[in-house]
Amino acid sequence: MDLAIVWESLPRLLEGTVLTLEITGLSLLAGFCLAVPVAMARLSPRRMLRVPAYGYMLYFRGTPLLVQLFLVYYGSGQFQPFLDQVGVWFLFREAYFCAVLTLTLNTAAYTAEILRGAMLAVPRGEVEAARSLGMSGLLLYRRIILPKAFRLSLPAYTNEAVFLLQATSLVSIITLLDLTGVARIIVAQSFEPYKLYVTAGLIYLVITYTFVLVSRRLERRLSAHLRGQPAGGIGNVVGR
Amino acid sequence: MMSLDLQGYGWMLWQGLERTIMVGLAAMGLAVAFGLLGAWGKFSPYRAARWFAGLYTTVVRGVPELILILLVYYGVPTLLQDLAAGTGHDLRIDLNPFMAGVITIGLIYGAFATEVFRGAFLAIPRGQIEAARAFGMGHVLVVRRVVLPQMWRFALPGLGNVWMVLIKATALISLIQLDELMRSADIAARATRLPFTFFFAASLLYLGISVVSMLVQGQIEAWADRGSRRG
Repeated sequence: MDLAIVWESLPRLLEGTVLTLEITGLSLLAGFCLAVPVAMARLSPRRMLRVPAYGYMLYFRGTPLLVQLFLVYYGSGQFQPFLDQVGVWFLFREAYFCAVLTLTLNTAAYTAEILRGAMLAVPRGEVEAARSLGMSGLLLYRRIILPKAFRLSLPAYTNEAVFLLQATSLVSIITLLDLTGVARIIVAQSFEPYKLYVTAGLIYLVITYTFVLVSRRLERRLSAHLRGQPAGGIGNVVGR
Repeated sequence: MMSLDLQGYGWMLWQGLERTIMVGLAAMGLAVAFGLLGAWGKFSPYRAARWFAGLYTTVVRGVPELILILLVYYGVPTLLQDLAAGTGHDLRIDLNPFMAGVITIGLIYGAFATEVFRGAFLAIPRGQIEAARAFGMGHVLVVRRVVLPQMWRFALPGLGNVWMVLIKATALISLIQLDELMRSADIAARATRLPFTFFFAASLLYLGISVVSMLVQGQIEAWADRGSRRG
């Protein structure tokens, strides 16, 4: 088999890989920051906070990412006059912005669900002890619940990061030249689909398992003082 | 509340919804079949079968669905054509998008179903299988009488999850020109120049499928768990 086309395209594919990693990293970071307040709102005793958080999580977890992406990228065009008036239309014109915005909103919903479960798993006794010491509200969250919940949610969060990495391949559909996007362009020019898609697939595979390996190490280190912690990996289905 | 005026394209979305559910059900059936096969492979005494099952779940879960769909739809026919050309034959293959979609989605979620069945099998107390063996039951009989009836119950929550993710993944098949819900919405959005309206309507239909699936899953689990003690 002639693999010249693969070697020739490798530099461009790696350039695409950089964009893939960049979009994944940005969305993960922003998504995590959004997920923490959303998860807290979801567990709030106040309906005003709980119901919107529930609705947001249900919508973004219950609909395909592709629809969300089109809704933001193409759908925003329907509100162009309004968005122009507010002065943000220049952002929605950019596929890059739409991609990161959608992926952020999407991963935040999944992450909030993971955090919700972890927050509920924080032992009651610890929360009660903190309350009896007079801690409440944000202080209780900051000192007791969140640190524990973050550690508990690490295995599931690793899965989420892996799924998000793979989900970023959809941004190629709204014209971005990520790893998948570059592969598709080269296929359109050379008509060598299987060689390029297999190569792109292998690159994703390497990134995925490198990441899983590293985060398992991290988990083991963080839970060294705890016995019988569940191991990480991409076993659970939390994809979109 | 904004009103959704679908400009007479509502029927198209409805047909798309039907197609989406059909693709989803067909792919789910295939995923269960691949899942059982994969789980059998993982516990097989044959090294080759174990290796192959491991490779299957590793590769499928590490590569994006979109790449796999493009690979099956565009890559496989070209590969076969190239191979045929290599041996001096002229071959022309056009995969039907419905088949390509069902096969790819089934193959992908078969890998997740494999893990679900593997976990379910491990959840069956070893003692029961040993007891059945001690009574002189053969392998097939043990699987039929002891393993499968319990495995289904353990596997149901996981399979429910697989279904929820799978039905959303069918939206990707729109990219290989199958007129399912997503593509119908896309066509309507282009024709009417109302992208938000149609993609939002489509998203509500997907949400409807998800919510109904959640409710049905709860019912099925309650039904399957009747007669089993909790805790």
